[in-house]
Amino acid sequence: MIQPPNFSTVRVRSHRRRQVMDRVFQGVCIAAACATLAILVVLLSSVIGRGVKNLDWQFLTNPPSRKPKEAGFMPALWGSIWLCVVCAVAALPLGIGAAVFLEEYKPRNLWLRRLHAFIEVNIRNLAGVPSIVYGVIGLTVFVQMFGLLGNPLTPTLTFGDPEKWYYLQLPFGRGVAAGGLTLMLVVLPIVIISTQEALRAVPDSLRQGALAVGATKWQMISKMTLPAAVPGIMTGSILAMSRAIGEAAPVLVICGIVFIRFAPNNLMSDFTAMPLQIYRWASDPRDDFHAVAATGIIVLLGILMVFNITAVLIRQKFQKPLQ
Amino acid sequence: MTTLMNEPPAHDQRSATPLVRVAGDIRPGTPPQPPTSVEVAIRVRDFSCWYASFQALHSISIDVPVKQVTSLIGPSGCGKSTFLRWINRMNDLIPGARAQGSIDLHGEDLFSRGIDIVDLRRRVGMVFQKANPFPKSIYDNIAFGPRLHTRMSRGDLDDLVEQSLRRAALWDEVKDRLKNSALGLSGGQQQRLCIARAIAVGPEVLLMDEPCSALDPKSTLRIEDLIRELRNDYAIVIVTHNMQQAARVSDLTAFFYEGRLIECGKTLEIFTKPRERQTEDYITGRFG
Repeated sequence: MIQPPNFSTVRVRSHRRRQVMDRVFQGVCIAAACATLAILVVLLSSVIGRGVKNLDWQFLTNPPSRKPKEAGFMPALWGSIWLCVVCAVAALPLGIGAAVFLEEYKPRNLWLRRLHAFIEVNIRNLAGVPSIVYGVIGLTVFVQMFGLLGNPLTPTLTFGDPEKWYYLQLPFGRGVAAGGLTLMLVVLPIVIISTQEALRAVPDSLRQGALAVGATKWQMISKMTLPAAVPGIMTGSILAMSRAIGEAAPVLVICGIVFIRFAPNNLMSDFTAMPLQIYRWASDPRDDFHAVAATGIIVLLGILMVFNITAVLIRQKFQKPLQ
Repeated sequence: MTTLMNEPPAHDQRSATPLVRVAGDIRPGTPPQPPTSVEVAIRVRDFSCWYASFQALHSISIDVPVKQVTSLIGPSGCGKSTFLRWINRMNDLIPGARAQGSIDLHGEDLFSRGIDIVDLRRRVGMVFQKANPFPKSIYDNIAFGPRLHTRMSRGDLDDLVEQSLRRAALWDEVKDRLKNSALGLSGGQQQRLCIARAIAVGPEVLLMDEPCSALDPKSTLRIEDLIRELRNDYAIVIVTHNMQQAARVSDLTAFFYEGRLIECGKTLEIFTKPRERQTEDYITGRFG
């Protein structure tokens, strides 16, 4: 039998002090949470206070202008939408495919296992690479294509008329395609990691159950694992897309700060994106344009909010156990 | 009700497998040996296996007959589940697992190069320790397997689902809610659903890995009744920790200890007059 300590002889920790510490720690945690919230509230209120008066339908449909009253967000908005679509179309199949390979096709051979671990570590590292670096890579790979196909301004290969929606050229030049693919590089590690986590959350008993009734590996993945992981994959993908929409640095390297009055009309069009347009307005010496920048920020934040809320809703809808 | 077994899914060519296999190979020149009284479904000879460097099974030899229940008993970690999972080669999934010796299913070597593991797993159904219904409707749980292997018409599939559920004694409880999620069933119902799912693809052998260990006594009894019933159509191998259960449901009992098959024989004999000392100690509760 274990004897309880003899409280008259051992040194006893003060009850009061322990309880005070308990309270203090709780207070510190609450303060930390409130500080974060306060910063957010200050930022939002200052942005909304300055920008909301410009926010109207015209702002969304007008091109930028020299007059702050007429300045609009339309080309940047469309530029970001094109970027996002190109990025999603490129990043989702690649990212999900890579994640399925890493999670479901784990090799058994020792050396392949090491290679597998090496790839996995590197993907995790890629997620931490500053996005400007991806911009520079994108400039070399997508805009100039290593110079192998000549100057982007006088492309070697073209397809169709530059005015048509299906116009393509190689090298891509500073167009939407190069921008979107560069953003793909930025979000690919995020998509891969979140998909891997979603797949890992699928219990092994389901995989075994599927195999035990004679599923092939592909049938197991396509009919059991992937459907079960879809909510997680979608949440991760949406968050990755909202990251892509908010990125300024890599896009800046690709398209530069240019004055664009039209929405892109094909994958090779010059474009600008929302964060860049905001930057352009905010760096204008005239104070009126700072208010316009604030309006742009409201629109950008609004879009990001919609993305994030969608992600949360998807998660909640699927997390509810059936029945 | 039993038509399911006589009319398995369309792709089945099971009737091609020889009906009677006798012990040992029949070599030309030697007189055919007298047929044994029971048909052997699974023949295991000198079977050993390793996880990395740890030897989990030592030279196991056993015959599992058709239309009988064979129970594997023994203390935890003695290798009985491992052995079971080799019979449908689920252990292939474990890195570092390797095996030596032979396991034949109706004379077909499970480790030969030409073996189709997907078809093997269809022919050797498995029920797991913890019921693992898919997060789908009850109907889709049963239809999952058949849909993997065949393109059945809706009507045929409906019939197959009904027959499988009837066979697993679950139909009356779920017939009005086939479209509901299988996760809403009770533990015992889920386990019977898993049995129905296994028999829906027309297996010859059913492997059960402690199918009742997570169930209450009443559900356990229902599963045991079901096992006795299914015995008429399948060779059943059941791993159990519960010796009363082994005594209740099985015709043959094999006692495993530390990766070795200590003794195998008629259940009644094992439990009343075991030949080996270790078996006696185990079944009388002196250890394990």
